[in-house]
Amino acid sequence: MNAPERNIPLLRVQRLQKHFKVGRNAMLHAVDDISFDIAPGESVGLVGESGCGKSTLSRVIARLADPTSGALQFEDVDLAVHPAAKFARDSRRGVIQMVFQDANDSLNPRYTAFDTIAESLRLLVGMKDAAQIKARVEELATWVGLPVDLLSRYPHQLSGGQKARVGIARALAPSPRLLILDEPTAALDVSVQATVLQLLAELRDKLGVAYLFVSHDLNVVRLLCDRVVVMYLGKVVEEGPAEAVFTTPRHPYTQALVAAIPDPDARGRKTVRAEGEPRSPINPDPRACRFHGRCPKGEPKCELTMLDLKEVAPAHRVACHFA
Amino acid sequence: MSPETIVHADPRAAANVPPPLLAVDGLSLEFRTRSGVVRALEDVSLSLQKGELLGVVGESGSGKSVFAYAMLGISDAAAKITRGTAVFDGMDLLGATERELREIRGREVSMIFQSPRTSLNPIRKVGHQIEDVLRRHAAVRGQDLRERAIDCLKRVRIPDPARRYEAYPFELSGGMCQRILIALALACQPSLLIADEPTTGLDVTTQAAIMDLIVELAHERQMATLLITHDLAMAAQYCDRIAVMHAGHVVEVGPAQVVLHQPQHPYTARLIASTPHTADSIAAMQPIPGSLPDLRAAKLPPCRYSARCEYRTERCDTEALPVVPIDATHSVRCWRAAA
Repeated sequence: MNAPERNIPLLRVQRLQKHFKVGRNAMLHAVDDISFDIAPGESVGLVGESGCGKSTLSRVIARLADPTSGALQFEDVDLAVHPAAKFARDSRRGVIQMVFQDANDSLNPRYTAFDTIAESLRLLVGMKDAAQIKARVEELATWVGLPVDLLSRYPHQLSGGQKARVGIARALAPSPRLLILDEPTAALDVSVQATVLQLLAELRDKLGVAYLFVSHDLNVVRLLCDRVVVMYLGKVVEEGPAEAVFTTPRHPYTQALVAAIPDPDARGRKTVRAEGEPRSPINPDPRACRFHGRCPKGEPKCELTMLDLKEVAPAHRVACHFA
Repeated sequence: MSPETIVHADPRAAANVPPPLLAVDGLSLEFRTRSGVVRALEDVSLSLQKGELLGVVGESGSGKSVFAYAMLGISDAAAKITRGTAVFDGMDLLGATERELREIRGREVSMIFQSPRTSLNPIRKVGHQIEDVLRRHAAVRGQDLRERAIDCLKRVRIPDPARRYEAYPFELSGGMCQRILIALALACQPSLLIADEPTTGLDVTTQAAIMDLIVELAHERQMATLLITHDLAMAAQYCDRIAVMHAGHVVEVGPAQVVLHQPQHPYTARLIASTPHTADSIAAMQPIPGSLPDLRAAKLPPCRYSARCEYRTERCDTEALPVVPIDATHSVRCWRAAA
């Protein structure tokens, strides 16, 4: 893999917040003051349990939703200032693309594979010439390993793995610099999952595109990503090189997450589990650590002061009193 | 086979083995559909001892859920069992009438279904749903009902059970709904639990907690458990034995650690190599070539894996396949092992 130039980030997420009003005086803090960088060509894994805000964060970064506050510095422009509705027609729409979770729900059932990919070329690249579009669609299909003779098929005539490939080809059509992948292999059988993951690794090396890989399959993140961002209830609790986060997790939540990965060798071993239910993300106490109450290490001070991320090792940051 | 592998042999194999709680022998099941006969299960033989955890692992379409449904007699109307027997605690499951089955379902044999939210009644308090089971199968009446229902919630470690008794499913998280389903399934202390992908769609942390709970309750009560899953790593972590299914065949059965570390069937080996758990890098993952055969094909080869198999020989497509015992507890359905 090409060594990404880590000094100049491709995307700089700065103090990003996304709050939803859920009632009178009730604010749901889905994304709460989050900052991190993605270098060109880098693969960043975003992990956390359902409800932690990782999908909201990825939708805001993909500019499908507007942040409440904060900046999204993409190279030299702040994308957060453009309303999502307007950004859809912006000439930069193509630079950040998304591969959605369920290929069944995200492909138009009345479009053939060809139409799905060609639409992206027409709308986001402004390609008009039919011969040129055909050549490019076929090139993309070849890249993602979709046989060209399947391009005339509708989604219901394709297998799960083939639909995933169409979704990836569609996202790659406008030559994005950043690809957001939301659980791209969650719906696939292991045998197919392996081929799709290998395809993603190959495309990244070939095209130099950066990945934000949203997943709760930590094994997949470990294999595919350079760096991992761990979210818990709207906050980043740990961030660092993938290897370090998986082998020496420092935040108690990350430790529970890593301990929960199915492991045949852990048979009968008593492992640390995060007991209980997460706190409510509605009007959270700004002082208390969000993990307090479930945390096996929790002490009264955790209820009174929530720490910011601090560096515990090179490029490895953790928000915890005990890290 | 090296002689060392025999060391793993189950102690039960020696001398006095008690009769299994569930014994399935040569079960074949097909679906008569408009587009042809789908041979969903063929010659499936599995047995389960009291207190044992058996993992049934396979890709989607391998027949693992069909097998579970057949055990409970809740198969689709198009399903037809063409061969085989299934005996549960002395009772012939396949010959039983609907009335007889209804007596054991929920009492002797319980099932945890895949999606916790859609398996619960959305407009009935969860406490009342547990009471329904107790009233029907344990003949609990009156004042005791509420107490017993709260007890059930307590046993699956639901915090604040008296308050959750009053909750509707939509007020609970996915993990909590799954616990309710487990509470329902265990309300009458069944001797066999069938769990069909009980943690699919749940977070890893919740998944681990739910599996810990199932295993603990199984040990505590000597309850036999059939865990149906596509996650080989999870099955190997929690189950005593693993059965690997492919296209309606059980291709390999054996002690979990033996199957994982010394797989004898080419498909099992491929399945292990394709999981992210065992790989050190993306490149080291080995996808399984090809896909499941069309089970409608009038002439399926004796080995349904042959088209995907790197060791295929002529005999795989012509001669009926043997089930080869590797040792007393480990067997494989493959010509290669017979050689």
